[in-house]
Amino acid sequence: MAYSEKVVDHYNNPRNVGSLDKSADTVGTGIVGAPECGDVMKLQVKINSDGVIDDAKFKTFGCGSAIASSSLATEWLKGKTLDEAQEIKNTEIVEELNLPPVKIHCSVLAEDAIKAALNDYREKQGIPTVGNAKSVV
Amino acid sequence: MSLKLPIYMDYQATTPMDLRVLEEMLPYFTDTFGNAASRNHSYGWEAEKAVDDGRERIANVIGADPREIIFTSGATESDNMALKGVAETYKTKGKHIITSMIEHKAIIDSAKRLETWGFDVTYITPREDGMTTAKMVEEAMTDETILVSIMTANNEIGVINPIREIGELCRSKKILFHTDGTQGFGKIPLDVNDDFIDLMSISAHKIYGPKGVGALYVRRRKPRVRLAAIIDGGGHERGMRSGTLNVSGVVGFGKAAELCQEEMKEEGIRLTNMRDKFKATLMESLEEVYLNGHETLRIPGNLNVSFPYVEGESLIMGLKDVAVSSGSACTSASLEPSYVLKAMGRGDELAHSSIRFGLGRFTTQDEVDFVAEKTVEVVNRMRDMSPLYEMVKEGIDLSKVEWAQH
Repeated sequence: MAYSEKVVDHYNNPRNVGSLDKSADTVGTGIVGAPECGDVMKLQVKINSDGVIDDAKFKTFGCGSAIASSSLATEWLKGKTLDEAQEIKNTEIVEELNLPPVKIHCSVLAEDAIKAALNDYREKQGIPTVGNAKSVV
Repeated sequence: MSLKLPIYMDYQATTPMDLRVLEEMLPYFTDTFGNAASRNHSYGWEAEKAVDDGRERIANVIGADPREIIFTSGATESDNMALKGVAETYKTKGKHIITSMIEHKAIIDSAKRLETWGFDVTYITPREDGMTTAKMVEEAMTDETILVSIMTANNEIGVINPIREIGELCRSKKILFHTDGTQGFGKIPLDVNDDFIDLMSISAHKIYGPKGVGALYVRRRKPRVRLAAIIDGGGHERGMRSGTLNVSGVVGFGKAAELCQEEMKEEGIRLTNMRDKFKATLMESLEEVYLNGHETLRIPGNLNVSFPYVEGESLIMGLKDVAVSSGSACTSASLEPSYVLKAMGRGDELAHSSIRFGLGRFTTQDEVDFVAEKTVEVVNRMRDMSPLYEMVKEGIDLSKVEWAQH
């Protein structure tokens, strides 16, 4: 199967690979997926005192589209407020990366990872969580 | 060192044709183009002679009588013909068939078809090393069993089954024994008499011959195997497979078989040495590399390994200068990892992380060295990017995590 140029670019030059201190109060971590299904994503956001995401990192076990979806998500997250980040839709990721139908689940997983990371941060801050997105660890 | 990229390392999928094979085939497209079934002129006689020569060369590789070789379009057709043909002919004797979970889809799906025809099929779960033993087959036998179909060597993991013991067992119970010999024919010594084989599927394109031609070995005596045809028509191939013979294909198949027979020993040693060195390099350079399938009882050119915490499809994407196959069929909508590895008890996670490296006649040591180096580089890169690898390094037991299935 041929990947789109954008997927290949993210795969070859992934943005923001790495980890943030998951024990920090200012960091939200979302780990979603399952090894048996062939994809697990870890997405982390660091939120500054203005409530803006000033850093985002990811690590992904999965196919090229899964790596690209999470890499793109970290790019989009930076500079957004919690509310703005909450609005990122998987369909936008599909569109941006030209994902074929069999790879749509990769974008869904990325959206889940974002929401799980935001909820993890909200829990740490004692803010009510939104929806039921939750990190597995 | 200049290598032609991408490097082909998928010899269990198909092989390039050997130029010696092509040369021998060429006249049969244009000059000696007759129909082997034409009895009234020299064009037909010459074509028939070419087919007979091909038949003989193929029969020689497995100690068969040339009359026992029935040409088909490939091993998939041969597998269909063997299972459905035997089932149809022997259904009054019994309606039970034995095969294994890790057979090629041409066997599994034919067996599933037979289930819809009212047959019972036992699919044996192989051992963890991918082998199906005679004891397992014996335990699955019933008074109703008419056919056992166990592959000679597996296409994904290359593991060679104890064909002789299984054959001997079947013969002693008067049950027909079919083996899908696609991956073994021409690569390892096989003899239909010593190995008690009644039917065997073979294919030309896996042995440096042309695509679109294969054969089914059908035993003529002790016992004489009768087979209902799937394809009816002009009564070619002893009525078992009608259709004008692919003369040039048969010529190429014959030449390819002969070359394999002549070069089997040295080529087997060469490939085994390269493969084992390749495996050693991977295991020395990387932590946690798992070999899938038996360590030594496998066809010479096959290496199937799992790299935990790295997903196969992304690994292959990184190995863009290498043509290999992943055990993970993540590219299909099903998202199912290899059914072969799953049946062997490899967890889904390891099945998703597997790569099949297939070495063959035109593989060089330089190519293997290049691929080994690239593989180590990409696995390390993907592990640096893997949340699973990070979790394991932090001391988290992945099997204890409550993953959210999606």
